[in-house]
Amino acid sequence: MQQVKSNEKMTINTKVNDKSYEVDVEPRKLLSDFLREDLGLTGTHVGCEHGVCGACTIMIDGHAIRSCLMFAVQIDGSEVETIEGLQKKELGLELKEAFSKHHALQCGFCTAGILMSAVEFLYEENHPTEKETREMLSGHLCRCTGYEGIVSAIQEVAEKNNEGR
Amino acid sequence: MGSKIGESKKRVEDARLMAGEGTYIDDLQPFGNIHHAAILRSPYSHAKIKNIHIDEALKIKGVIGIVSGKEVAELSRPFPVGVSEPVEYYSLAIDKVRFVGEGVAVVVAKNRYIAEDALDKIKVEYETLDTVVDVEKAMEHDAPILHENLKTNVVNHRFFDYGETDQAFEEADIVISKKFKFPKYSATPVENYGIIADFKASEEQYTVWSNFHGPFTLHSVMTAALKVSGHQLRLQIPKDIGGSYGIKSGSYPYIVLMSIVSRVVGVPVKWIEDRQENLLASSSGTDRVTWIDAAVKNDGTVTGLRMKMADNVGGYIRAPEPANLYRTHSNSTGAYNIKNLQMETIAVMTNKSPTGLIRGYGGPQLYFPLERMMEIIARKLNMDPADLIKKNLIPADSFPYRTASGGIYDSGNYQGALNKALELIDYEEFRKRQKEALKKGKYLGVGLACIVEPSGSNMGYVTIALTPEERAQGLPKSGSAEGATVSIDPKGSINVRISTVPTGQGHETVASQIVSDVLGADDNSIKVYAEMDTATSPWSVASGSYSSRFGPIGSSAVYEAAKKVRNKLLKIAEHQLNVPIKNLSIDDGKVFDKNEPDKSISMKRLIGTAHWNTEALPAGMEAGIHETAFYNIESAKAPNADDTVNGSATHGFVVDAVTVEVDETTGEVNILDYITVHDAGKLLNPKIADGQILGGLAHGFGGAMFEELVYDEKGQLLSGSFMDYLCPTSTEMPKITINHQETPSPLTPLGAKGLGEGNTMSAPAVISNAVNDALRPLDVVINKLPLAPNMIWKQISEKKQKMKEEV
Repeated sequence: MQQVKSNEKMTINTKVNDKSYEVDVEPRKLLSDFLREDLGLTGTHVGCEHGVCGACTIMIDGHAIRSCLMFAVQIDGSEVETIEGLQKKELGLELKEAFSKHHALQCGFCTAGILMSAVEFLYEENHPTEKETREMLSGHLCRCTGYEGIVSAIQEVAEKNNEGR
Repeated sequence: MGSKIGESKKRVEDARLMAGEGTYIDDLQPFGNIHHAAILRSPYSHAKIKNIHIDEALKIKGVIGIVSGKEVAELSRPFPVGVSEPVEYYSLAIDKVRFVGEGVAVVVAKNRYIAEDALDKIKVEYETLDTVVDVEKAMEHDAPILHENLKTNVVNHRFFDYGETDQAFEEADIVISKKFKFPKYSATPVENYGIIADFKASEEQYTVWSNFHGPFTLHSVMTAALKVSGHQLRLQIPKDIGGSYGIKSGSYPYIVLMSIVSRVVGVPVKWIEDRQENLLASSSGTDRVTWIDAAVKNDGTVTGLRMKMADNVGGYIRAPEPANLYRTHSNSTGAYNIKNLQMETIAVMTNKSPTGLIRGYGGPQLYFPLERMMEIIARKLNMDPADLIKKNLIPADSFPYRTASGGIYDSGNYQGALNKALELIDYEEFRKRQKEALKKGKYLGVGLACIVEPSGSNMGYVTIALTPEERAQGLPKSGSAEGATVSIDPKGSINVRISTVPTGQGHETVASQIVSDVLGADDNSIKVYAEMDTATSPWSVASGSYSSRFGPIGSSAVYEAAKKVRNKLLKIAEHQLNVPIKNLSIDDGKVFDKNEPDKSISMKRLIGTAHWNTEALPAGMEAGIHETAFYNIESAKAPNADDTVNGSATHGFVVDAVTVEVDETTGEVNILDYITVHDAGKLLNPKIADGQILGGLAHGFGGAMFEELVYDEKGQLLSGSFMDYLCPTSTEMPKITINHQETPSPLTPLGAKGLGEGNTMSAPAVISNAVNDALRPLDVVINKLPLAPNMIWKQISEKKQKMKEEV
């Protein structure tokens, strides 16, 4: 394991939303803070910093992860995707369309994290039941919507994609 | 294409929010030299501050300054309060702390990490004092006193007597008395508080960016604390706020605090609250004890009520408290035709965190005891609760209805909504099912709650906290004004400026719908600016996002401003077409003669005239197109000398009907069906309306079932993280059916009323009623919240034990 002093920075190489970065970071810097402050990707939001609310969820090497529970140095060598990168993904655009249709967001603060989890979920689950969608979504707090529109939106995209297969 | 009022137009906010391009407070970097603040908070609930040692903390590389109570006392004075007692509340503890989490010092550093490092190096010497957290104990004569200059913890105490209450109680067939406890819970938007403050010494100017959303009455409270004039505190609110449900109105002490910190340290300062701070010290609803007596006739008619309510406002009563006691004052008798009412209202300070606005302000605390009483009365009289409610509901032909305490219910058809709810829950059939289930040892229950949902608060209601004599000494307060500006630029683009500070309610969408409808304009030509700036926005003290104001007031201001623009354009058309205004109509980008549709002029031309060719305007008309309207509700009058007041512009109605199954062996409550029927007048955007209802319901459901800020006897918060403070997630939410009835308000131009807070008020009551109905065969009565399995199980077990002993 590499050892650094607390006041030293570490160089990490990472790909975020298909862009390559080589950046020096403090070892103690949280990944969520790194994305927002060092890379200017403010679409990732921080809601609790203890891994409950899910707002800071991003994708690391294809898996939905809470960026407030990781250090930036841990993404050295990984590929990261944030809400900003979802603009280019077909599934991301489908989800956004459905979210808007079903009024699945109000203040929008929790939405980025939910979309990231939903993308991973729909890659892995071909035929999710509503119960399974709710189980997945239970890792996120949304205090605006009561979740109903979010569940409907994800279910609709899942069903539409199944028809297409 | 243009959109219309009443359509479920898709939200214009969604695209940016889902692109990661929202602009929230923590995304702003207005200056290059911003430094970051962290707050040292008290670990004790009640203690004297003997000394603060900051030398070690200042030595940390990157720390540029530390501010404590000394500087705050020098540069500010206590916030004005809504009571006559001189409570000294500053933005930081001065020489004493009164709740766990109270700010004691602020570190400013290059970044938040360093600022938090420095907090550990500050040493504070405390002398601890006795603590009191229970509202009833805090009222006792030998209770520890929080504010020595007051010699009591009771900071507001009033009596009200409306109608002939004593007579009603003398003539009652039965009198039923109960006591209810409502817990302290919060609103937990996923975004916490955030402040960026900058002081420019050369201009003696504070400029603050924050996710504060009003009420802007608090701007005056802040300027008074900072000892400055209005324009010396310029507040700017970013385009997007990550939810609030009322609680972010409580960020104002931090606006003052960070203003002072910026001044002392000499750099712009950013402070973003974290979740622990939010649960510990931001704000919350009050916990309340209610003692309630009902005078009842044998036929079920409730003829009088006596209510004594004691609110726990925490360590400091701070504006707008004690308004939680009075927000629902004029609808204290709810949906019922009860003309005799006595009330005793008490605000008490204890060593818990200070309270403030949260969704439904005062409503959950009022309707939990009131609606529980209706169920209890029915039980006592052996009536079905539905029949008891029907017996007492305000008749549909009596609107506008004046309540005992002075409220004016503008319109309604409560019986219609109740019948709809009973039909949707299949009430009669459920009663049969319930009997069958009981034979199999299953405990099913159905609960009802009928609540009046006030919206658009009257600026005057808060002053009911003062006696008529005290009120007479000051300027009367009334009204509920909101401003909006509609302008059109030379290219024909329409700009709308609102001051309603949305926190997710889609005001941009609805405002653009209204303007599109009034001006017959294409949606793409309209842009709504929800960013608030006290230097440039059209605002009044009543502005902001609270008391569901947008439906009745904010939308009306947009409508009136758009109408001014429409009238101006029509006047130009009248002049140019030589057709009288009454014959002119707007459609499809043109103004035309209704009698001769070929006689028309394009909107583009009319707009152009006002900018490019002003000599072609009618004589005396001002150039440009830029109209501001301030909308006000006339019925929002100052309180009368007899203490009656109409607290709100409009009054909607909500009926909830809920069925549950309670597991006798675990105490777990399973909600089978949740029906909610609403009447909020004309709906401006039904989809957004349903979204507001669902969110409000989820909040009320959380309060009913899970959420509580639990304190131990020493005043330590036991539910200080999201691991302990439980918010409902998608798997807990029950199946919800929403239904609408639209009885337009005669008071608002579009017939709209506010909504979105009703179910926060009704859910704790209705779910409790259903649970009590289910447990009726066990003779278990539950009059407290949250309805956690361990609490219910304990009560069932105790009852069973008692029954065994009796046998």
